[in-house]
Amino acid sequence: MDFALSDEQQMLQDMLARLIREHYGFEQRDRVQRRAPGFSETFRTQLAELGVLAMPIDEAHGGMGGGGVENLVVMQELGRGLCLEPFLESQILGGGLVQALGSEAQREALLPVLAAGELLLAVASEEPRTHYRPEWSETRAERIGDGWQLSGRKSVVFGGQAADEILVVARTAGEPGERNGLSLFRVDPAAEGVQRRAYPTMAGPWACDLVLVGVTLADDALLGCAGAAFEALDHQLGRAMAAQCAEAVGSMQQACELTLEYLKTRRQFGQPIGRFQVLQHRMVDMTTELELATSMAILAACVADEPASAERSRQLVAAQHVVKRAAQFIAEQAVQLHGGIGMTWEYSLAHHARHLVMLGHRFGDDDRHLRVYADLLEAN
Amino acid sequence: MNIHFTEQELAFREEVRAFLKAELPADIAAKVRLGKKLTKQDHQRWQAILHRRGWYAANWPLEHGGTGWGVVEKHLFEEECAAAGAPRLISFGVNMVAPVIIRFGTPEQQAHYLPRILDGSDWWCQGYSEPGAGSDLASVKTRAVRDGNHYVVNGQKTWTTLGQYANRIFCLVRTDPEAKPQAGISFLLIDMDSPGISVRPIITLDGAHEVNEVFFDDVRVPLENRVGEENDGWTCAKYLLTHERTGQAGVGISKAALAHLKAIARHEVIDGRPALEDPLLRQRIAEVEMRLMAVEMSTLRILARAQAGGTPGTESSILKITGSEIRQAISDLARRVLGPHALPFLADEMVLEHEGEPLHADYSVTPAAQYLNLRKLSIYGGSNEIQKNILAKAQLGL
Repeated sequence: MDFALSDEQQMLQDMLARLIREHYGFEQRDRVQRRAPGFSETFRTQLAELGVLAMPIDEAHGGMGGGGVENLVVMQELGRGLCLEPFLESQILGGGLVQALGSEAQREALLPVLAAGELLLAVASEEPRTHYRPEWSETRAERIGDGWQLSGRKSVVFGGQAADEILVVARTAGEPGERNGLSLFRVDPAAEGVQRRAYPTMAGPWACDLVLVGVTLADDALLGCAGAAFEALDHQLGRAMAAQCAEAVGSMQQACELTLEYLKTRRQFGQPIGRFQVLQHRMVDMTTELELATSMAILAACVADEPASAERSRQLVAAQHVVKRAAQFIAEQAVQLHGGIGMTWEYSLAHHARHLVMLGHRFGDDDRHLRVYADLLEAN
Repeated sequence: MNIHFTEQELAFREEVRAFLKAELPADIAAKVRLGKKLTKQDHQRWQAILHRRGWYAANWPLEHGGTGWGVVEKHLFEEECAAAGAPRLISFGVNMVAPVIIRFGTPEQQAHYLPRILDGSDWWCQGYSEPGAGSDLASVKTRAVRDGNHYVVNGQKTWTTLGQYANRIFCLVRTDPEAKPQAGISFLLIDMDSPGISVRPIITLDGAHEVNEVFFDDVRVPLENRVGEENDGWTCAKYLLTHERTGQAGVGISKAALAHLKAIARHEVIDGRPALEDPLLRQRIAEVEMRLMAVEMSTLRILARAQAGGTPGTESSILKITGSEIRQAISDLARRVLGPHALPFLADEMVLEHEGEPLHADYSVTPAAQYLNLRKLSIYGGSNEIQKNILAKAQLGL
């Protein structure tokens, strides 16, 4: 066992921490967050220049070949800074899907530009009736001549508001609820028949909804074989969930540090409020939850790239559950311990709290993961 | 980063597994799995088997007859023992007083006491707690006054676990009543058959006799039975407590208890189906299992750090709090899944096999008592509230 970061990983962490400290102040973030596209192109360019965007991409296609632990390092720092740039969506999930499903020509066309930051991807897997389960997708694609025609609705596509291409999950066969028959298509958001509505999310980053009406796609818009996307999608969503755990841990660390600092400086009744035992124990409970969440984010990062198995699913789901429960607990307690100041938009803690609570709405909250784990109870 | 054990560690684990398979008596393992009380003879049998293999004193250095194992080997050994249903070692001798004697004792004390712990000649118990003291150990009131070559000890100790079996007790006694609370304490080794000692059982809320009160009435203890300097016993006490708190997450024990809980839930029937198929119960089990996974990962991280030369710090308090909560939660579920069958209070059957036609399943006899007994986990060894105070002060600087 060895839980230490390698020298390279440590350098990556230090570099990113410094970059965020110097270029991602809370006020800058707030300004950027208010207007579409809801993130900083300048900061994204800086990430590209430092090779961070290339980190999760395969070396054969212009990337750095980083794995789960590199994703952990990057996402944790992005989480600490509450960064709004769609790294998870575009580089980890989008890049991972192209890597897993794309033909060699598609990978060659997409991955090098993705690694260079010249392409922004988003993944549309949610629909009004999927509720975190892509197998319930109703969006359909039909064979028309030597191309495809796509119709349906996609909701809450993170990063989709600015993406150059959106990878859309659609059904080429089967009925909602079936895993067979799901396919993945590259869709140009500017194509005819695509309506896009962008908005900020409660979590912070922006997203969009898509209405797709008879969108015509070329043959090579399909990634992989028709109807066979589910396994790769499920596996990549697992990698994305692991990355999200790391992002949450970074944000939780920051929320705990801010709260601890506040307990030491804020005075009431003639002493720092951190002298009160009931508040000390609350802070200890937050620290304990953070410790467990950190452990599970590490576990998730270490198993994320493994081939699919019941054990990997159990570990990833458990990580999601522990992290999301900790995230909500820490968010709520941090606001409570801050009192009124924790309620204000102009203080960064409030945004960590929003982010920590709302991240459960991206891949499922702790209850959802509890149900999934309960189904897997005897899988080992 | 690598969350896996090395080849060497895995080979060690196989060796432990093979040993347990060959040497752990089946009747003892069955008792442990069913949560039945072990007799003194059960403990002594298992201890002798471990001693023969040279694995009884896992925490001791090699030169005193220990194993010289590192933290990871100790962890693996404990995990495998728990999984196989081996009795938990009674730690007062081997893991509590022995490290103190090794660290602070004279060569004569080491030569006399350590072999007797190894071969089972001595059964030690702990004389730390006193009535009214709770987690505040420094408030010890039991007095020891010098009289020639002896101390004369008067006072009372309590919560003395398995003191009814012990022939030795290690005690914190006050040798200087004028000094500050922690400065006037000494650490004494006392023979339980000394005139003036009496032991009285305390029956706990599970109805069992596990702990005792021990009374000292003009008990004469030779000066050479003091470990360390006079009035410097707090040093020994603190050192011992660090040993007591390691491994308190009890991950191996919780895993075994969880497996047993699932086995019970497969047999018990709710609404005509195995209880394990009940969605609410499944979710409750899932919840505790996931949290256990998180505590296990945290344990491994701390072990890896310790193995790399770091000193385990206040994180052990986090493990104590979360580990005890998990064990309590599992015992709570085991009691609840039995429904009305948790009610019979069959004291004899908690120790012995049931003779005759069973009306209740064998596994149903102990869970309610276990649940009640395990309320102690968040109280002893420094209550969970005390652990939080430690964390607030030492880790968070509050």
